[in-house]
Amino acid sequence: MSTSLIANVVIAGVLTGLVYGLMALGLSVIFGVVRVVNFAHGEMMTIAMYAAVLLFGAFRLDPLLAALPVAALFFALGYALQAGLINPFITRPEHSQFILLVAVATILTNLLLMVFGPDARNVQTDYMLDSWALGQVLFDKARVYAALAALATAAGLFAFFRYSRTGTAIRACADNHLGALIVGLNVKHLYALTFGLGAACVAVAGCMMTLLVEVAPSVGPSYTLLGFVIVIVGGLGSMPGALLGGVLIGVSEALAGLFIDPSAKSMFSFGLLILVLLLRPQGLLGRRP
Amino acid sequence: MSREARAGALLAALAAALAALPLAANSYLLSVATLVLYFAYTGQAWNVMMGFAGQLSLGHSLYVGLGAYAAAALFTKFGVGPWAGMWLAMALCVAAGVAIGLLAFRFGISGVYFALLTIAFAEFTRIGFDHIAWLGGPGGLFLKVEGRKTFDLANLRGGQTMFYYVMLALAAGAFALCAGLLKSRAGYYWRAIREDEEAARALGINTFRWKLLAVAISAAMTSLAGVFFAFYYNNLFPEQIFHISQSIEIILGPIVGGIGTLFGPILGAAMLTTLADALNNLVAAMGWDIPGVKQVFYGVILLLVVVFVPNGIWPPLAKRLGLGRGD
Repeated sequence: MSTSLIANVVIAGVLTGLVYGLMALGLSVIFGVVRVVNFAHGEMMTIAMYAAVLLFGAFRLDPLLAALPVAALFFALGYALQAGLINPFITRPEHSQFILLVAVATILTNLLLMVFGPDARNVQTDYMLDSWALGQVLFDKARVYAALAALATAAGLFAFFRYSRTGTAIRACADNHLGALIVGLNVKHLYALTFGLGAACVAVAGCMMTLLVEVAPSVGPSYTLLGFVIVIVGGLGSMPGALLGGVLIGVSEALAGLFIDPSAKSMFSFGLLILVLLLRPQGLLGRRP
Repeated sequence: MSREARAGALLAALAAALAALPLAANSYLLSVATLVLYFAYTGQAWNVMMGFAGQLSLGHSLYVGLGAYAAAALFTKFGVGPWAGMWLAMALCVAAGVAIGLLAFRFGISGVYFALLTIAFAEFTRIGFDHIAWLGGPGGLFLKVEGRKTFDLANLRGGQTMFYYVMLALAAGAFALCAGLLKSRAGYYWRAIREDEEAARALGINTFRWKLLAVAISAAMTSLAGVFFAFYYNNLFPEQIFHISQSIEIILGPIVGGIGTLFGPILGAAMLTTLADALNNLVAAMGWDIPGVKQVFYGVILLLVVVFVPNGIWPPLAKRLGLGRGD
């Protein structure tokens, strides 16, 4: 096996991993602030993927551009979901939250199935089969664009949390819920805002994913699980951790597909997850609870 | 009547009705009733871990699958019947459960992290079984199907009525076991751990050991459901039996019925299974044969239950019936 083949596979893994990382970033932000595990995360991403496919089919809108309206829509839906449904559940036990989001996930997946049927769909842009060559090493254009868009979105989110007043207020809620209430922050509004931002992340990630893979209603749960694996490996609640976890899982999937068997690739992700949980339960970049 | 007497009378009436059901019901109704009992049983098993000891497992499909594959492999490859095979199934699942518990509890993993760890182990095993060619891999493992007229209890080959009574015996056994456990030292320790683990430890309870015991008992009980599954359906696919949707189905019953109660898992299983079946019939009758319609209804009803009856349906119902707090 040549080194250039391995290099190509690793690069593809890193680029795909950055998109995974953006999806997981949404999950991580929601958990880090609201302390609710979004069991409908992969299903939300599947809906974003369908939105990108539909916009492409109707207006030939490139998924890179479709990400903007889809993200705006998802922000609104995410805000409404948190404000209307999840906020009353934040003080309830975990299993109660779990069932709520499983119910949401079931409804989303099967609405997609009802409307679009079980067949897979995809997007065909004209640059999809192109690549840049650097000697023996190839960079798929679609993957590079998707990864750059994911990085840009993540950077925007980092900047928002670091520098804006609202972002700082949200971090205050995450650090000290009671303290945030005492200083007069509107915690429920900030929670809904956070869920909206997490949903917008997953919307951008979903649009980018359509450049890489096809979509069917049944893929939702496996993306939810993928998101869990990534955020736990990287550190649940840690933003850089989600991106790092995404890249690690992307590369490990790509290498497992190359050396062992493509169907065994997620077994390695789960193996990695179990190892991380046991050796460093707070994740690679997480803080000890 | 005292509270105990009323509960006893309710139980006796339920047992009599269930025992007499095959006299009145056709084989279709009996298959629905068998499914209700199956989920009442698995719900009871899961409830030991979550409802009693407060350890949230979202990976119980692991024990169903391991139990099913162990008994089915012994039967198809070596001709060992289920009554012998179930011991291997139980041993295997207890070993798996204790291994997960040892790792998780030793490293202080709890809450959401523990739940995600249980999913990870179940998914890991699912993909692993896809690659075991000896057990059929993704193509599945099949048991030889005998005619409906067979009655061979020793090898669990027979008709609907036989399977109904086997499942009824399992569900009744699980109920009795759980009732006993709740009144035992373990039951009190578990509830102390569930309510406040640190306080329990401060009182000198070895929480590590008692949590492991809950996992072991829950895994052993669930493995028998797997053995039943294998001989009832005669086919096993890793994609199906280890899948997370299997784990979710197991826990819906007790959550809808009422976590930590004895009647909750039974009530929840009865409601959800008959509801799913009624939806099936409704969708077929109305000609809405679009895939997904039934699951959307199911999801909406689940959502309504968890929003409006967060503690499950049994506790308020028990109050109405004058049965106290419903545990």
